Amino acid sequence: MIEIKNLSKTFTLHNQGGVVIPVMDAAELSVARGECVALTGASGAGKSTLMRMIYGNYLAAAGSIVVDGVDVVTAEPREILALRREVLGYVSQFLRVVPRVPTLDVVAEPLLAVGVETEAARDRARDLLARLNIPERLWSLSPTSFSGGEQQRVNIARGFAHSYPAMLLDEPTASLDAANRETVLSLIEEAKARGAAIVGIFHDEAAREHVCDREIDVTVFTPGVAA
Amino acid sequence: MTPLLKVENISKFYGHRIGCKDVNFDLYPGEVMGIVGESGSGKSTLLNCLAGHLDPDTGEVLFEMRDGAMRDTVTMSEPERRMLSRTDWAFVHQHARDGLRMNVSAGGNVGERLMAVGARHYGHIREEAVDWLGRVEISETRVDDRPTQFSGGMQQRLQIARNLVTGPRLVFMDEPTGGLDVSVQARLLDLLRGLVREMGLSAIIVTHDLAVVRLLADRLMVMKDGHVVETGLTDQVLDDPQHAYTQLLVSSVLQV
Repeated sequence: MIEIKNLSKTFTLHNQGGVVIPVMDAAELSVARGECVALTGASGAGKSTLMRMIYGNYLAAAGSIVVDGVDVVTAEPREILALRREVLGYVSQFLRVVPRVPTLDVVAEPLLAVGVETEAARDRARDLLARLNIPERLWSLSPTSFSGGEQQRVNIARGFAHSYPAMLLDEPTASLDAANRETVLSLIEEAKARGAAIVGIFHDEAAREHVCDREIDVTVFTPGVAA
Repeated sequence: MTPLLKVENISKFYGHRIGCKDVNFDLYPGEVMGIVGESGSGKSTLLNCLAGHLDPDTGEVLFEMRDGAMRDTVTMSEPERRMLSRTDWAFVHQHARDGLRMNVSAGGNVGERLMAVGARHYGHIREEAVDWLGRVEISETRVDDRPTQFSGGMQQRLQIARNLVTGPRLVFMDEPTGGLDVSVQARLLDLLRGLVREMGLSAIIVTHDLAVVRLLADRLMVMKDGHVVETGLTDQVLDDPQHAYTQLLVSSVLQV
């Protein structure tokens, strides 16, 4: 489902003396349907960078990232947007939403975007918010005023609303209490069971062992580590 | 899918100075493109060339007409272009008073555009006008008031209603949220986003506000000194800018 070949990435800081920082070289990764792969490595090793490149948020310097037949490295913006809408979900660590939009609509939005009927989308959103213990009295309010933990759970609900065939999870269980952590782990299990290919970053070791089939240490793709 | 708009080699010079030079891009149906850059970068010049307000010195602006044919709007006759700008095109000005008739009622401002495309039944026109005022959150009780009696945010929403009432396929926007305070901006952005999605509009938005393009635009074009220096998916250009100027632009935004 996700095929990464010979991927490299550099950052060029034009306004800081034109420094060129190579951050990744010859990265390879293949994730099958129903499989969950954990990215590991110390902070700064490039886990998030790799994930952002798969999502098309960071531009690769060379190589290919094929997700469901689309090469994210060379695709047009509208092709990447279609991929994100239909195929590739991303649960980031931060919730970014338009001010004023109620939580229920924030969570239902990915479903509306793929053409699900409004009521069916809202039912799914209600179900997820309830499972993630967001009190019903908050559903009609914008999540911008919520606590950090609540925002994270809204973000997870939104990320799991549509049944994406491929998913990227950036620390989905970080700073959650035991009950909510269990819910997130079962959401991941359910996604795997329906055949989703998942790439995740989990600092929570127990969670990683629980849901992940394999680990890839991204340090091996970091240039200059051997030198 | 075929593009709705094909822009080829558009250049505009002011004497020896460059307004914009060699601009090329395709815009697809339903796509929203943001053009960013500092004052004087040529973004408004480009927008005005595309919308037929300025004559470019070189290049073509090909638009897909309703019959599917691509027509160059630069060389088409003035009446044809005027018809386009009343039907399939809309232009939202930064200053609402440039896009509104200030001495005509709010309802009249919206109805006038309908009449320009042939609507004649007063009752229907008024009904449609009231419906559109509602969609931009202006109360029916204000339909007979003139825009001079409206706040800046309301005037801007009225201008949007006037522009969208004829169901255009392409909307040009020049700093649509400029000059409005942030709470009014957020409301307007939410409204625009909803309308763009609901109506499947294609839009080109010129702004210097990066937060606005992040929320509204699918893709970005960054201009400096009349040249396009970088293009791409909006979040990619903002989060991983490649060109020196874009890096400077992104890193210059104050964090709130």
